[in-house]
Amino acid sequence: MTEAPALPKLAVWKFASCDGCQLTLLNCEDELLTIVGAVNIAYFPEATRAVVAGPYDVSLVEGSITTPEDAERIHEIRSMSRSLVTIGACATAGGIQALRNFGSVAEFRSIVYAHPEYLSTLDRSTPISAHVNVDFELRGCPVDKIQLLEVLASALQSRNPRIPTYSVCVECKRRGNICVTVANGTPCLGPVTQAGCGALCPSFARGCYGCFGPQDSPNMAGFTERLRGLGMSDEDAVRIYRTFNADAEAFRAESERISPSKEDAAR
Amino acid sequence: MTHKLSDGGQVLHVGMLARVEGEGGMHIEIHNNVVQSVKLNIFEPPRFYEAFLRGRKYTEPPDITARICGICPVAYQTASVEAIEQICGAETTPEIQAMRRLLYCGEWIESHSLHIFMLHAPDFLGFDSVIEMAADYGDVVEMALRLKKAGNDLMTLVGGRAIHPVNVKVGGFYRMPTKLEMLALRPAIASGLEEAFATIKLVSTFDFPEMEQAYEYVALRHPDYYAIERGTVVSTSGTAFPVREFPDHVKEFHVAHSNALHAQLDGAMYMVGPLARYTLNFAQLSERCKAAAKEAGLGETCRNPFKSIIVRAVELAYAFEEALRIIDEWKDGAAPSVTVTPRAGEGCGASEAPRGTIFHRYVLDAEGVIQDAQIVPPTSQNQPAIEADLREAAQSWVDMDDHDLTHRCEHAIRNYDPCISCATHFLDLRVDRS
Repeated sequence: MTEAPALPKLAVWKFASCDGCQLTLLNCEDELLTIVGAVNIAYFPEATRAVVAGPYDVSLVEGSITTPEDAERIHEIRSMSRSLVTIGACATAGGIQALRNFGSVAEFRSIVYAHPEYLSTLDRSTPISAHVNVDFELRGCPVDKIQLLEVLASALQSRNPRIPTYSVCVECKRRGNICVTVANGTPCLGPVTQAGCGALCPSFARGCYGCFGPQDSPNMAGFTERLRGLGMSDEDAVRIYRTFNADAEAFRAESERISPSKEDAAR
Repeated sequence: MTHKLSDGGQVLHVGMLARVEGEGGMHIEIHNNVVQSVKLNIFEPPRFYEAFLRGRKYTEPPDITARICGICPVAYQTASVEAIEQICGAETTPEIQAMRRLLYCGEWIESHSLHIFMLHAPDFLGFDSVIEMAADYGDVVEMALRLKKAGNDLMTLVGGRAIHPVNVKVGGFYRMPTKLEMLALRPAIASGLEEAFATIKLVSTFDFPEMEQAYEYVALRHPDYYAIERGTVVSTSGTAFPVREFPDHVKEFHVAHSNALHAQLDGAMYMVGPLARYTLNFAQLSERCKAAAKEAGLGETCRNPFKSIIVRAVELAYAFEEALRIIDEWKDGAAPSVTVTPRAGEGCGASEAPRGTIFHRYVLDAEGVIQDAQIVPPTSQNQPAIEADLREAAQSWVDMDDHDLTHRCEHAIRNYDPCISCATHFLDLRVDRS
């Protein structure tokens, strides 16, 4: 009996995260049956009990590294994966849980849990790329479905994914939105944030809140001046830089530069 | 994984529980055919939301707490805005409440169809996943994907996107969707309604293991309709209190085998979720939903956790009915939000997440900066009930071989549609036999 050529093996891994980015794969309702015809879903616990042993052609990794065990596990996953793609703000920048990187984790732990000694956790939440080589980082909180399909297709075709690194402003112009900052004085992180969402927030009459992280060449100091010009306090500016991509380099550095907190200045 | 211990005992161990949201496992020890201990282990790393909410502004919880869960972000957004509006004395309009309910219907449809078909049905039909199921049940899987898509499309219409919607704010919405935009989606919702009733029939034909559990059920109740986005707390023992008294009745505690806090109501175990809602609020379902439930073999109460799949299907149909009603009654022109001015105080909010009641409490200072935050998600509250079901299931079917018993125990956990990402702000499955 002759066997059909083996399908490429796809694995989906989870670290500290909300499940939303891997759910994005299950949310591809129109494409899901085509995907499972093109790849062998070899490891994806959220979707299946079946486990096919590695190595894997493509590993999608969601979540950030926050425990000593996970810092070990990611190395095993890297060694089993031909291509390793990180998906979402947690995996690419440490996620919202990286807010601990700006405070004391011992204090955090005791606020939520009565017996902090039961917990194993690291002082910092770090992106996957801080631990192993990553073949591609897909931004977003959550990732965009169409961009996820493009990254998956490109990994299977061994080509570079076509993912723009320009700002949300480009998408706003293309969509024909009226600028929420210019027209309404609404603070909007669009000029310093990477495209990918389709300029979603400005399309809903609110300012971008930066969930795709910094664009490739943001003018952070100039942007902070604009925020001040709109009447925003530095304290509030620090808050808007420190959300889902708080520890992404450009956002972190700018929040530390303008932070009124002495603790930050000492870092 | 299962193995015999050197002292003759047996271990049933599942390191990574599949088809649940987030990471956990099960550990069951059996000695001389008597179940000794049962643990639902939750090793999903904690993310400390309550800690880093301190110092944030009163406007931020709907965006920040959505990130606790990619499957039920609207549950978090709704409970958080209710709590903060209560502190600030802001009264929303009936239009804003209707739009919150419409968005929430989208989340119930998306989450319930995901769980019914992709996570739970494979247990009843003997498959490892919905992907394998597609070979034999192609039409069913295609229907499942249409239903799920209708829910996601509804969330995208109201919220901007299905995961972490951007349109929810304290006081209402940034922008109201228009009647025209809603009407474009209406045909998919109308056909989804019929397919949801077909789903009730389909899942009622599954084989259900016999099991009855006498837990206290807790859910919200609303005077006008089956509670989803708000209500007051009621239970099957007759306890009833407003949401602001939740902390007086519900105590959380930390056990070593779980990164998720357990919870008790007035010192006793209880359960939240579809079975609780259905049993407490059956009278408020539509006549068509009641008739379909009866035809599917359900009474006015449901005590078999394995039948939660039928109850979810009934709620799925109800969510479609409600979505259609809200769309049909909608008139353009309402203000998208009310003004909310911060003031010092403490406030509580609760809503019915697809998995059960979710509770939020915040303390603000006069400038609207958060001084304290507490979030109690449904899966944390359900951990003791899940462990009690596991104990009952493992003991009832102790004569099964290890492979089948392990699968039955996993099934018992999936009855709850546990969301571990939520609970660790929260899971490993292990069974030991000796």
